Amino acid sequence: MSTLRIYFKHLTSDTHTNWIFVLPGLLLLALFGIPLLALILQATQTSFIEHALAREAVAALKLSLVTSLLSVGIALILGTPLAYALARWQFAGKKVVEMLVDLPVVLPPAVAGLALLIAFGRQGLVGQFFVHIGIQLPFTSAAVVIAQTFVAAPLYIRAARIGFADIDSQLEEAAYVEGANQWQLFSAVMFPMAGRALTSGAILTWTRALGEFGATILFAGNLEGVTQTMPLAIYLGFERNLGVAIALSVVLVGFSAALLTLARVIEKE
Amino acid sequence: MITLPRLRKRLLLLFVFLSYGTLACQPVTASQTNTQSATIFAAASLTESFRELEMLFEETHPNVDIVLNFASSNTLRAQIENGAPADVFASANMKEMDALIESGIVAVDAARPFLHNRLVIITPAENIANLTTFEDLSRADLKLVLAAEEVPIGRYTRQMLANAGTEFSERVLANVVSNESNVKQVVAKIQLGEADAGIVYASDTVAVPELVVIEIPAEYNVLATYPIAPLTDSPPAHAFVSFILSPEGQAVLEKWRFTPVQ
Repeated sequence: MSTLRIYFKHLTSDTHTNWIFVLPGLLLLALFGIPLLALILQATQTSFIEHALAREAVAALKLSLVTSLLSVGIALILGTPLAYALARWQFAGKKVVEMLVDLPVVLPPAVAGLALLIAFGRQGLVGQFFVHIGIQLPFTSAAVVIAQTFVAAPLYIRAARIGFADIDSQLEEAAYVEGANQWQLFSAVMFPMAGRALTSGAILTWTRALGEFGATILFAGNLEGVTQTMPLAIYLGFERNLGVAIALSVVLVGFSAALLTLARVIEKE
Repeated sequence: MITLPRLRKRLLLLFVFLSYGTLACQPVTASQTNTQSATIFAAASLTESFRELEMLFEETHPNVDIVLNFASSNTLRAQIENGAPADVFASANMKEMDALIESGIVAVDAARPFLHNRLVIITPAENIANLTTFEDLSRADLKLVLAAEEVPIGRYTRQMLANAGTEFSERVLANVVSNESNVKQVVAKIQLGEADAGIVYASDTVAVPELVVIEIPAEYNVLATYPIAPLTDSPPAHAFVSFILSPEGQAVLEKWRFTPVQ
């Protein structure tokens, strides 16, 4: 044990061997950083403002903002109670529920899109009944929100679950002693206590929803102003107008970086 | 120290190597004396039809071994430019062939059109919208899926619609619910019954026999032209190209829903 401690101390104090840690890390950082740098440099060479204000770019930007915020809203309203239950309660089948919540995070988006299509599509498992009441989801903005919620909401649930679980159980006991019911305990104690975790989870969900591509293009299709979000406009903009694709990419990178920074700040405060 | 089972394993390995060596040698010497081979680089959409053409050709040319390599036309073009050993190039568009003519790999007069791929309308097997004619595409209640304008078939589709008149074209394009990133996605959306109709290449419908296919009037239709060219002086390669252009070869292509060249 003590030899191990000496070994680590030696490494950190000896500048000659620091490169063992610095060099591999720098290579990886270069891999992350250089493509982003190239994107930004390319954007400055073309008329960035003009491209970012192009009709299809503005339409994609608006649609992305509206749909991703709706997805975050759904995650908050439906995901918070679920995360609370997963963090505080023990119930039969909890392991299955946890797995179900984690699965969308690791599924390839193409699988998510295909599954959504054969579930909620016009002839889908559930979708065929929607048709009778006049609801057709594929190729609508609602389908975009569903695809985003499917892939992004699990991030919020995961963050919220950890936030609720971290709260000292003595607080919970104290609230019960004071005669609080489940709702009072949640709204007066747990929700404010977990506020920071919930907020940073919501921000992470927002960034993921903004970046959603595979499930959207499969389930919602691609139509300007209706289902063509920023990632779709970037993908299909390659052949038509590379300038617009690059401008939108830079906007998306910048916005995501700002949101991640915000999430960090909230976590640290 | 080598234990007995280990020794046995080593001997077995040695035996496998030796037998593989002798087996592998035989066909090589045989081909040097008897068989000539020709390597054909063909667009992915030609996979099924060219496999059948290969079989028929080898029946009548027992000393020729046709080797087929399928990929997207631009991939094949890049491979040929980088020295891949191809004797024939069959492309799905003129663009890639022109690139090879430009770089001097294909002689200026060597490339010849050998088939056309026409556009057709497809509907799901149930055909809920009850689509029967080309004109039905402009019906107001229709959900239509097209390939995006950015891909070749998307361009051909809009050109075809424009050929049928500006007003008609506008009404049809107003029915579009999605511009898919490639033609296979259009087929998939119709196969799943998510939209009422789509426009695809005729050859795309062979693999999905349950789809309803509606022909587009020839006077409006846009034909994608596939060119073929021998890249070397190899006699079997030239013979294979001639076979594809012969009435027998053209009949095979027609069976796979391509349009023969006149």
